[in-house]
Amino acid sequence: MGAPIEVSSGEQRAAPEAVLAGAAGRIEGRSLGQIAWMRLKRDKVAMAAGIMILVLIALALLAPVITRALGTSPNDFNSNLIDPVLSKPKGSFGGISLEHPLGIEPINGRDVLARVLYGARISLLIAFLATLLSVTLGVLLGVFAGYKGGWGDTVISRTMDVFLAFPLLLFAIALAGVIPSEAFGLSGNGLRIAVLVFIIGFFSWPYMGRIIRGQTLSLREREFIDAARSMGARTPHVLFRELLPNLVAPILVYSTLLIPTNILFEAALSFLGVGINPPTPSWGGMLNQAIDFYRVDPMFMIIPGAAIFLTVMAFNLLGDGLRDALDPRAR
Amino acid sequence: MAAFIVRRLLAAVILLVVVSMMTFAIFFLVPRLAGMNSDQLALRYVGRGATAESIEATKERLHLDDPLPVQYGRFVQGIVVGDEFNYGPEVVKCPPPCFGYSFRNSQPVTALLIDRIPVTASLAFGAAILWLIGGVSVGVLSALRRGSVFDRAAMSTALAGVSLPIYFTGLLSLALFAYHWKLWPNGVNYVPFTTNPLDWAYNLILPWVTLAFLYAALYARLTRASMLETMNEDYIRTARAKGLRERTVVVRHGMRASLTPILTIFGLDVGLLLGGAVLTESTFSLPGLGQLVVDAVFGNDLPIVLGVVMVASVFVILANLIVDVLYATLDPRVRL
Repeated sequence: MGAPIEVSSGEQRAAPEAVLAGAAGRIEGRSLGQIAWMRLKRDKVAMAAGIMILVLIALALLAPVITRALGTSPNDFNSNLIDPVLSKPKGSFGGISLEHPLGIEPINGRDVLARVLYGARISLLIAFLATLLSVTLGVLLGVFAGYKGGWGDTVISRTMDVFLAFPLLLFAIALAGVIPSEAFGLSGNGLRIAVLVFIIGFFSWPYMGRIIRGQTLSLREREFIDAARSMGARTPHVLFRELLPNLVAPILVYSTLLIPTNILFEAALSFLGVGINPPTPSWGGMLNQAIDFYRVDPMFMIIPGAAIFLTVMAFNLLGDGLRDALDPRAR
Repeated sequence: MAAFIVRRLLAAVILLVVVSMMTFAIFFLVPRLAGMNSDQLALRYVGRGATAESIEATKERLHLDDPLPVQYGRFVQGIVVGDEFNYGPEVVKCPPPCFGYSFRNSQPVTALLIDRIPVTASLAFGAAILWLIGGVSVGVLSALRRGSVFDRAAMSTALAGVSLPIYFTGLLSLALFAYHWKLWPNGVNYVPFTTNPLDWAYNLILPWVTLAFLYAALYARLTRASMLETMNEDYIRTARAKGLRERTVVVRHGMRASLTPILTIFGLDVGLLLGGAVLTESTFSLPGLGQLVVDAVFGNDLPIVLGVVMVASVFVILANLIVDVLYATLDPRVRL
C-alpha cells in the first residue's frame, strides 16, 4: 500500500501493542492490513459477527451432511405429523421434536431445519455472486469515471443517478416475472439463480460505483499518482497498480455491507414469489408460506425470519467493524 | 430560481424518457433476448384460452412484428396522446395516458391505477410522517449524547431494525397485536378515508408503525452520523464561542445543516414508496399499487405491470424534483 498512514485516534489506540513490541526490544514495521487486523481483533462484536458468518457458511455448505445425519431431507413430506383438521403440525412449537429440531411445515410436514439450511445455500450463493457482480461493475466504472473525468464521467454518473432514483424493486419484480422458464441455454434453478444474480447485481452496482468514484476523485490528486504519471506510467498501470490498492479498504467495507442488502433483496423477491422456484427452499419463500399460518403456527414464521435477521445482522456488524478498523477517521 | 426549475424539469423529462425506454425494454426486448418469438410474446397478452387466430390478432393489434423502434414509438404515443384499439366490431378509444387494457378483466389500466393510488398514498404518507419524526429525533438525541446509555440502546435497536425484513416484522406484529392481543380482531382491512376517517386510521396503524420502524431505524443512523459530523464543524465552535445558547446552536446551526442531506433521501424514499410499497402491501394484504403489480405479474397481465412501473417512476422523478427545489431554498450553500 502506497498511502501514508494517517495519525489519528485509531493509531493511538493501537499504541499498547507498539509499546509491547518495543519492550521486547524489536521494532517491526506493520502494513496497513496488519494494523487493521489488529484493530479488528480487538473489536469483540465484529469478531463474533465474523465467526457467526463463518459458522453460517459452514452450515450452508454442510447442509446435505447435516440433514443426512439427522435423517431428514428438505423435500420429504411427513403428512403423518400434521393435524388433519387445522393442517398445522401436531405438538407444540411447530412440531419441534428430536427428529425435527426446528419443527415441520404446516400442510406437508417438510422438515424446517433442513429447509432453512438448504435455504441458506440459496440465499448466500445468490447474495455473494450478486455482490461480486455489482462490486466488479461498480469498481470498474467508478474508478474509470473518477479518474478519467470528462464526458465518460458524466455518462456514468448520470446513469448511476438514474439507477439510484428508480423503483428498483418494481423493475426487479417485472424482470424476474417476464423471463421465460427456459432461456439463455439454461433452465430450472440454474436459470433462476442466474437471473436473480443478474437482477440484484445489476441494480446495486451504482452504490459501489458512487463511493469508488468519490474516493478516486480525491486519490487522483495525490502526489503518488502524479509521481507515477511523471515517471511515464500508462493509464492501466495507474488504475490497477496505483489506484486500486488504495481502494481495497472501501471496497472491502462496502462489499461486506452490500451482502446483507442483497440477502434482503433476494429474500424479498422470493417472498413475493418471483425468486427461486418452489420446491427449492428459500428463506423468503418460507415466509411467504407463513403468511397463511401465522395464527395457528407462529414458529413457522419465526424460524426463517430469525435466519434472515441473524445473517443480515452479522454481516452488518462485521461491515461496521471493518469500517472502523480500516478507516478510523470515519467514526 | 425559475431557470433552475426549468432546468430540473427538463432533466425530469429526459429521465422519464429513459425510464419509459427501460420499461419498454423489459417487456419487449428482454423476452426476445431470452429467445421468445413474437408468437410467444403475443400469447402472453392473449392470456388464457388462446387460439391460433387470437394470437395472430393480438400480434396484429400490438404490432409485435414491427421493428422495435416503431413499437417503442407506438408505446410512447399511447401514453402521450392516447390510443385506439380495434376490437373487431367496435373501436375503443383509450384517452391519454393510455396504458392499454387489462386482459384479465378488460378494465382500462389507467382507471385501475387511479383506484389503487389512494391506498398506497395513505400508507406511504402516514408512515413517512412517523419515521421522519421518530428517526430524526432519535438520531439527533443520540448524536448529542454520544456514548450514553440512550445512544447505545437506540443504535442497537436501529441496527436490529435495518436488519429485519418488513415482511417478517409485519407478520410478527400481525401475530402479536392483531391475533394474540386481539387489538385488530379482524386483521387489517383497508377502509377509504372518505368512507370513515377513523376506520381508515385504525386499520392503517399497524402497517404505518411497521413500515415506519424500518425507515426510522435507517434515518436514526443517518441522522446521527450526519449530526456528529456537523457538530464538529468550525462554525459550530464559532457559534458557541460567540455565546449563543446551546439550544440555538443545535437547532439553528447544527440541525439545519445536518438535516438537508436527510431531506434528499426522504424525498426519494417517499417517491419510491408511492410507486408501491410492494412488501408492506403484500404482508398486510392492502390493495395498493404494489399489490396490483404483484398480482399482475402472476396473472401475466403485462399492461398493468407496465402502467404501475411507469407511474412509480413518475412519482420518484417528481419527488426528486420537489426535493431539489426545496434543497436549493433550504441550503444557502447550493448555487442555483
